[in-house]
Amino acid sequence: MKKFLQKIKFEEWKAWIYLAPAVALLLVFTVWPIINTLRMAFWEDYSIMKELGGTLGNEFGLKNFEKVIKYRGFIDCLKNTMLLTVLTVPISTILALVIAVCLNAIKPLQRFLQTIFFLPYVTNSIAIGMVFEAMFNIVGFGTSNPSYGIINNILGVFGADPINWINAGSGYWQNIAVLTIYIVWNALPFKILILLGGLQSVNKQYYDAAKIDSTPRLRVFTKITVPLLSPMIAYVVITGFIGGFKEYSSIVGIFGDDMQAVGGESLNTMVGYIYDALGNQEGRASAAALILFAIIFVVTMINMYVSKKKTHY
Amino acid sequence: MADKKIMTTMHEKDMQKVTAAQTVTKIIVQFLLYAFLCIMALIIVFPFYWMIISSLKSTVEYRLPIPTLFPQDIMWGNYIEAFTAANLGKLFMNTVYVGIVSTILSLVITVLSAFAFARLEFKGKNALFAGLLATMMIPGELFTITNYVTVTKFGWLDSFTVLIVPFLVSVFYIYLLRQNFLQIPNELYLAAKVDGTSDLKYLWKVMIPLSLPNLISITILKMMGAWNSYVWPRLVTSTDDYRLITNGLRDAFTDMSGQANIPVQMAAVTVVSIPLFLVFIFLRKYIMKGVSRSGIKG
Repeated sequence: MKKFLQKIKFEEWKAWIYLAPAVALLLVFTVWPIINTLRMAFWEDYSIMKELGGTLGNEFGLKNFEKVIKYRGFIDCLKNTMLLTVLTVPISTILALVIAVCLNAIKPLQRFLQTIFFLPYVTNSIAIGMVFEAMFNIVGFGTSNPSYGIINNILGVFGADPINWINAGSGYWQNIAVLTIYIVWNALPFKILILLGGLQSVNKQYYDAAKIDSTPRLRVFTKITVPLLSPMIAYVVITGFIGGFKEYSSIVGIFGDDMQAVGGESLNTMVGYIYDALGNQEGRASAAALILFAIIFVVTMINMYVSKKKTHY
Repeated sequence: MADKKIMTTMHEKDMQKVTAAQTVTKIIVQFLLYAFLCIMALIIVFPFYWMIISSLKSTVEYRLPIPTLFPQDIMWGNYIEAFTAANLGKLFMNTVYVGIVSTILSLVITVLSAFAFARLEFKGKNALFAGLLATMMIPGELFTITNYVTVTKFGWLDSFTVLIVPFLVSVFYIYLLRQNFLQIPNELYLAAKVDGTSDLKYLWKVMIPLSLPNLISITILKMMGAWNSYVWPRLVTSTDDYRLITNGLRDAFTDMSGQANIPVQMAAVTVVSIPLFLVFIFLRKYIMKGVSRSGIKG
């Protein structure tokens, strides 16, 4: 018995030795940040420079939150983030659903096309953002001999006039349109992968039954496919919303560090605001991060509540 | 009698008509499906195509009013210019170094912790594991703020340490590997114990080979993470000695005046994208498996 207990004790020690590196790193880089974010967010005018220099006051309160919310730049960031999320999540989800259903209905070339559709996933979002920038960019803008860029050239084939998408003085909605196209393009592969995986595991019996009743295709889609796929759709929508609220690098990819077209409106996002505040206003950055966390949390809860009501199993 | 016969033949004819109509609709539907999918696939692939052909054009050709779909003169020189303009050689080496070191260390830590959670008994195991999983809900930006403060206090700014150490532990990878380890029957472990095999030897000879696919997935995602990381290196490094490739790429080409040398820019973008394509072509299976489980990019 004693020996047995000793053995248990030895095993405990061993487990903690194995866990030591992970636990140590997690304490410093994961657990401490959770505590410290709260500390910095409620510590008035906190900044690392002030703390290291010893000029930090000792007042705690909601001032950081107040400053963040009242700051106009933050409201703009919130607006941009919300707008991009609300635009890109439905578009990419519906498009991915249609593509996945079509892919599931064909036999030859299915694997090949599936691979093609996954391609944008394995990319560097800054690098490909620069490709989209080039496609929409008007080279020699403002000179007598501009080259309008491939997108304007293609639109020109259909008789459209060239549009100033991202160059100096371009409009807010043009910028948003370019970002929406890029973000949807980038978001499709993951959604198609998940939805197609879901479709392939759907029980064929339902479709056979529909065939016997000669149910029209559209009805099969709305009454069988979508309900059976609802858990995957919910998953894709929830992760889409979370990703949307954290949008940042696709905008840097197209518009550069400034996150705006020359002379245009700022396209900064919540995450961009947080990063901008690092270096001199960590207190406000923390407050903004907590606000972001709260928004993501609430939106996820709403999503889960809705999908629980709508998903069929 | 005759009436009945006529009835049946008519019925058969109707049936034939119906099936013929069905095959026609089926062919049309299949055609439309392929047409739609091919158009979408072209849209998906187009940016890559445009990136590669633009990278081989001269600036004059790039600016032609009617764009050429294939370069008239292939300008390999753009690539040489891209390497010097964005200092890609040095940044490439930095990125590879950070990627390899952080992947190896991260694998060791992940395997050891997953083993402890899957096979060893200790007090508070379940509570600790649940606590770890709970941290996955918190957005990464929240950690970044404090980590920035922490590494500043440690004096780690502008070093490889700062690029590697904060991201060594991923709760998700520990979780993934623990699930994998749990599937390996406990009897194997007990049998190895009876034979006097040490834990580490058992881990190395049995568990690691059996969970190799997952370890490969983790390696790929980790390497891609280093290759694509932009935000953290931008915050904590300021010289080309430690910056990573994506930072160099974005910063070297910020000219939005409309006179940017786009072919050279596209050459740099192609250089950054090609390793990812190669990984994708050869290791697609592992990536798609890892991604469908995690939903995490990089």
